[in-house]
Amino acid sequence: MGDWKTITVPIPSSESKNISQFTSETNMSPSSLYSQQVLCPSLPLAKSVHSFFRAFCTEENVDQSISYLDQELTTLGFPSLCEESKGKEVKRDLNIVAVLNCIHELLVLHRKNLLAQENVETQNLKLGSDMDHLQNCYSKLKEQLETSRREMIGLQERDRQLQGKNRNLHQLLKNEKDEVQKLQNIIASRATQYNHDMKRKEREYNKLKERLHQLVMNKKDKKTAMDILNYVGRADGKRGAWRTGKTEARNEDEMYKVLLNDYEQRQKQILLENAELKKVLQQMKKEMISLLAPQKQKPKEKAEDSPGAVQSDVEEDTSELSKENMWELSCETVREQLTNSIRKQWRILKSHVEKLDNQVSKVHLGGFKDEEVISRQDHEQETEKLELEIQQCKEMIQTQQQLLQQQFTTACDDDTSSLLQDCYLLEEKERLEEEWALFKEQKKNFEKERRSFTEAAIRLGLERKAFEEDRAGWLKQQFLNMTSFDNKNSESAFSGSSDQDNLTLYSKPGQKFYSVSSESSLCTSKLTKSLPVSPSTSELFQTIHHLSTNSRVLNVTTEDTKPNQVGRECTTQRWSMASRSDSQEGGCSGSRSLACTDSSIEHRDGLP
Amino acid sequence: MNFSEVFKLSNQLSRFSPNGKFLASCVQYRLVVRDVSTLQILQLYTCLDQIQYLEWSADSLFILCAMYKRGLVQVWSLEQPEWHCKIDEGSAGLVASCWSPDGRHILNTTEFHLRITVWSLCTKSVSYIKYPKACQQGITFTKDGRYMALAERRDCKDYISLFVCSDWQLLRHFDTDTQDLAGIEWAPNGCVLAAWDSCLEYKVLLYSLDGRLLSTYSAYEWSLGIKTIAWSPSSQFLAIGSYDEKVRILNHVTWKMITEFGHTATINNPKIVIYKEMEKSQNLEMENLPFPPTKAAASSLFNTESKYEVVSSPVSLQTLKPVTDRPNPKIGVGILAFSPDNCFLATRNDNIPNAVWIWDVQKLKLFVVLEHLAAVRSFQWNPQQARLAVCTGRSQVYLWSPAGCVSVQVPAEGTC
Repeated sequence: MGDWKTITVPIPSSESKNISQFTSETNMSPSSLYSQQVLCPSLPLAKSVHSFFRAFCTEENVDQSISYLDQELTTLGFPSLCEESKGKEVKRDLNIVAVLNCIHELLVLHRKNLLAQENVETQNLKLGSDMDHLQNCYSKLKEQLETSRREMIGLQERDRQLQGKNRNLHQLLKNEKDEVQKLQNIIASRATQYNHDMKRKEREYNKLKERLHQLVMNKKDKKTAMDILNYVGRADGKRGAWRTGKTEARNEDEMYKVLLNDYEQRQKQILLENAELKKVLQQMKKEMISLLAPQKQKPKEKAEDSPGAVQSDVEEDTSELSKENMWELSCETVREQLTNSIRKQWRILKSHVEKLDNQVSKVHLGGFKDEEVISRQDHEQETEKLELEIQQCKEMIQTQQQLLQQQFTTACDDDTSSLLQDCYLLEEKERLEEEWALFKEQKKNFEKERRSFTEAAIRLGLERKAFEEDRAGWLKQQFLNMTSFDNKNSESAFSGSSDQDNLTLYSKPGQKFYSVSSESSLCTSKLTKSLPVSPSTSELFQTIHHLSTNSRVLNVTTEDTKPNQVGRECTTQRWSMASRSDSQEGGCSGSRSLACTDSSIEHRDGLP
Repeated sequence: MNFSEVFKLSNQLSRFSPNGKFLASCVQYRLVVRDVSTLQILQLYTCLDQIQYLEWSADSLFILCAMYKRGLVQVWSLEQPEWHCKIDEGSAGLVASCWSPDGRHILNTTEFHLRITVWSLCTKSVSYIKYPKACQQGITFTKDGRYMALAERRDCKDYISLFVCSDWQLLRHFDTDTQDLAGIEWAPNGCVLAAWDSCLEYKVLLYSLDGRLLSTYSAYEWSLGIKTIAWSPSSQFLAIGSYDEKVRILNHVTWKMITEFGHTATINNPKIVIYKEMEKSQNLEMENLPFPPTKAAASSLFNTESKYEVVSSPVSLQTLKPVTDRPNPKIGVGILAFSPDNCFLATRNDNIPNAVWIWDVQKLKLFVVLEHLAAVRSFQWNPQQARLAVCTGRSQVYLWSPAGCVSVQVPAEGTC
């Protein structure tokens, strides 16, 4: 009866039996259909529908089927298919609405069931695959377990073998050690045996020697003698002394003295060394403290107890230092304190250096980011430079010391040094005296020259006066003549005359004040009067002004030449002034220069 | 360097006087005394037999000539050439002879070391010291000449006797804890005496002047022990050279070892200067060789000149494998010498026989190694400065000083 049946129900014949059990009415197809529904979940609907319809409901058993269906549905909880009938009639009319609702409900139910079936199927599939997977894993793990077990067994074997080897080696070592001990024992026993034999032989030998000695002594042959020409004196010239108890005691004393001297010397040396070492240690301690103290200010974030410890150490150490300075004894406690404090400081220094190293390494790793930390190369270069500098300075100091020492050694000898100094002084004195004589001579010469110059200047002045008077008269004449003659002629005459004047004047080197009028003598007299004090520049300029005005008054045309002359005068005047001032300041050297520039001016050099 | 002409010498007996003014040398049975500056012969003495031993007295006034075969000792005076003195041991025989430090007594060791006879030149008196020990160094005098230490052996036990040299009074006599005392030596300060055992046992005993045992030192046992010892000139250090090719230095304060110097065959430290003797290649002109070859030419052919070259490390030195089954094997540090200024220690390791090792005592490190072409026979320090003279049996004498080293050809026919 369709696919439904064929899938689930094995024997069609048994169906009827089953059916009769389930249904109240003897109907083959519907009840069997129903049981099939309950039993098998996955049932396709497609083809079997029509056959199913025919199978269940034919035209004959419509009412039966209706009632059957109604019964079934009501038992399932659906509303009744048929209309409510009045009375008990066999035929019932179908309530179509109810039927349709039922059908719809059945469809929905069917769909739900299908979905549920699907879900269950998928779950089933999943569970199946999970199972497979788990089975695979299980088999793999089993394999792994097997292999690891095998490995373990192998390793255990190896371990056993190695332990066996180890035991063998230990045994060998023990054997070797035992052998060595045995050999040593053998050597020792042989040595004692040899010693014993040696001693035996030695005793025999001694006996022989004794015998021989006796024979030799007994013979007392004359050969054993000393043949000496004359006695030689003792090395130290003294006479030999008899050997008495006193000499023995003296020898003992001397021996002990020698020993004691040696010990005392050694002790002195050791004390010196000790003192040096203590000094060095104390210095080291101080330096370490000073090194550590300023450093501790920087790393404040570091352990707080260490600076405290340092400070306390410093306090302790200062007290210790004061103690030590006072006592300077080599007591145990003082020594221990010193060494302990140094050890403490050294540990702190070491830790600090380690920290610095770490910093440096961090810097290296960080790629020189920290600017405060200098790169190692620069540091090394700087240290090299510093070392060079130190060496140079040391060398310099040494040479200076040597020189100082030399000086001191030469100056040490008082007599010779004083003598030498006296010699030097004498030399200088003589030199100075010679120079003084020279100066005096020169002074005399200068005085003479001055006098002559002054006389010459006076003469010159007089001559000039006369000349000027003549000139004035001549000029007056010329002026008077000029009014009648041309200017040009007068120029040439004047220039010629002035040139002549220049020539005549320059022929006399000492006399340069040619264009000086009577006033010039006044100027000179002024100058001479004002000699003790050097004439000021204002006076100089005054004289020049006078000169220039004079020249202008006297001769207009000869301006071109005169200013030169005046200039020359001025310069020479200045030069002489300058030289005079120099002489008054300088002393000897100026006098010489004055000699050449001196003219009508009297000079009184301030020679010392 | 100037060399004088060659003088005849026998038995390698040639000694400078302690005051450095005279040089005494022996030719057969003649004793020749020369002036050091001019090398003129000042005195010539004739002895009765071939001289076997020669020694100056400490004040350079007398010379002792010993003739062991005849048992004779003859003493000559420089001041009075006609003075003579002859000591005849007679049937007692003579094995060794030496001066006492005051230069007026002669100590003769008779045959079989039966006794030591002390002859006095001042009083013609004789004293006997019995049971002296026959060992490497049995008699030693202090540097100031006041005391003498003598090794004795009585009833198979070793003893040391201390004598006062002025009157030969026995000051101390004590036994030593040694199996077989091999030698004794005073420290230069005269207050400590070092005694060491034979090579079968490594043991050094240090005694004070009054006979107390100060300390014992033993580096190891069973192997062959001490070969030689040397005191430093300031008595600060005691260097012990042993058969294990090491030198151990003890300090005078604690008498404990402060360092040991090993003599290895290869030197790796680049700071050590290594001088290697190289032969200067000679240009032999085959045509100009005279025939028959004169002695000079022959000697010059075979005695090639050599010079030192500085070699950089690592250097491996020539070693000699010693024969193990023979006694007194040539292995270990056999020669030790401190320089007079206490700055250097020169050593020779007997199985590296061509090399002289110079150690810096201030730094306790190896300083210089001199390697030669032939085995080093002996070396000696200049008594006044740090200069070492080495001879190896070739015709050169080698001089080393901290400034450098030089190999000087000795113009002689033979070898030195």
